[in-house]
Amino acid sequence: MAANVDARGLSCPQPVILTRQALQQAGGGQVVVLVDTMTQVYNCSRAAEKLGWQAAYEEKEGIFELTLRK
Amino acid sequence: MKTPKAFFATLAGIILVGLVIGALAATLQKQGNPANMGICVACFTRDIAGALGLHRAAVVQYLRPEIPAFCLGAFVAALAFREFRPRTGSAPIVRFVLGMFAMIGALVFLGCPWRAMLRLAGGDWNAILGLVGLIVGIAVGVQFLKMGFSLGRSHPTRTVAGLAMPFVMLALLLLAIFYPHFGENAALFRSEKGPGAAAAPGLVSTIVALVIGFLAQRTRFCTVGGLRDVILMRDFHLLSGVIAFLVAAFVMNWLVYGQFKPGFTLGTGPDGKPLMQPAAHTVHWLNLLGMVLAGLSFTLAGGCPGRQVFLSGEGDGDAAIFVLGMLTGAAVSHNFLMVGNGPFAPHIVIIGLVVVILIGILGREKLAPAR
Repeated sequence: MAANVDARGLSCPQPVILTRQALQQAGGGQVVVLVDTMTQVYNCSRAAEKLGWQAAYEEKEGIFELTLRK
Repeated sequence: MKTPKAFFATLAGIILVGLVIGALAATLQKQGNPANMGICVACFTRDIAGALGLHRAAVVQYLRPEIPAFCLGAFVAALAFREFRPRTGSAPIVRFVLGMFAMIGALVFLGCPWRAMLRLAGGDWNAILGLVGLIVGIAVGVQFLKMGFSLGRSHPTRTVAGLAMPFVMLALLLLAIFYPHFGENAALFRSEKGPGAAAAPGLVSTIVALVIGFLAQRTRFCTVGGLRDVILMRDFHLLSGVIAFLVAAFVMNWLVYGQFKPGFTLGTGPDGKPLMQPAAHTVHWLNLLGMVLAGLSFTLAGGCPGRQVFLSGEGDGDAAIFVLGMLTGAAVSHNFLMVGNGPFAPHIVIIGLVVVILIGILGREKLAPAR
């Protein structure tokens, strides 16, 4: 699946800024975010949930694929 | 697919941990750590620089076990929860410079963001100027972030690179425990008077700091992040923990330990001169601008000094470089008389602001698009 946001390796709060931008641009549907720490999984999920999106993630070889749906 | 749920990631989790850290900070002061300093990351890193002989300010030399124990507590938490991830490569030299100027700015105010809270909780109203400066510095940093500021991506690296800082910290902790003295005019130095001579029992400090490091790694407790997230997106999650920290320290100081002494000064001494609050000065504009510099530097680097220490424990080599920058900044601050309202403090605050704002402007680069 193609990712909409590649936030791997970025410091706080850049993954959240990029995720919020992508969600606001999409308006709804599905947005996939790649991050590489659980900190960013929680941060991006929390930002998404505040905007009314649902978050789920899975880990693949040290990369977290965060799927956001609305 | 999993949903991201964990107690320590909840609002209740961060508030609980903020309360625990605040109460423990006030308790360490009662146990002997310097007043209104408790667990100041800037002050204690500076004391370590002194103990190692990196600066010659005789009153602030002590190898504080708290800083290495913070890192090692976070290291243990990261290992236990499979979050130890060696990574580096996000403009390390820029992070070193930011660490230096963050420390230099914090030492003009005489405290990191944690100590700003602890000073307020102890009644030192000079901290209000520091906190206003901190908020201004973070707000300027947020503007750079909104304009696309980034130090670039870090990348996964060798395990040994992630282990480097925890091992350096373990070595420091062992030195703190055994405190060897290598000879006349040689390390380890140890203050005989002044704030550096005030310390809680080493074992108490170590255990408390290990617990704080563990809890802070789990919750991502961050003072700068707390204010930043509110300014950036009205998100109060991290700030809730910071406020809990402040409230707990205040309640413990005021009601339990009798450590709350309000005022910009503590009245007048027998010589007719005002008595200063502990490790404080009353030059308001320096308190303010020092923390503007610190707040901006911490924001561009992604977190407060405590957070940088905890990140270095979970394998973040860039945060480790930032911490080494802070250690160097502390030495430079004292060696060049730039601490507090020292003769060269105004000069370095202005120079620091120019440098860090330039970093903010030059760091606005477009990231490679998502793959």
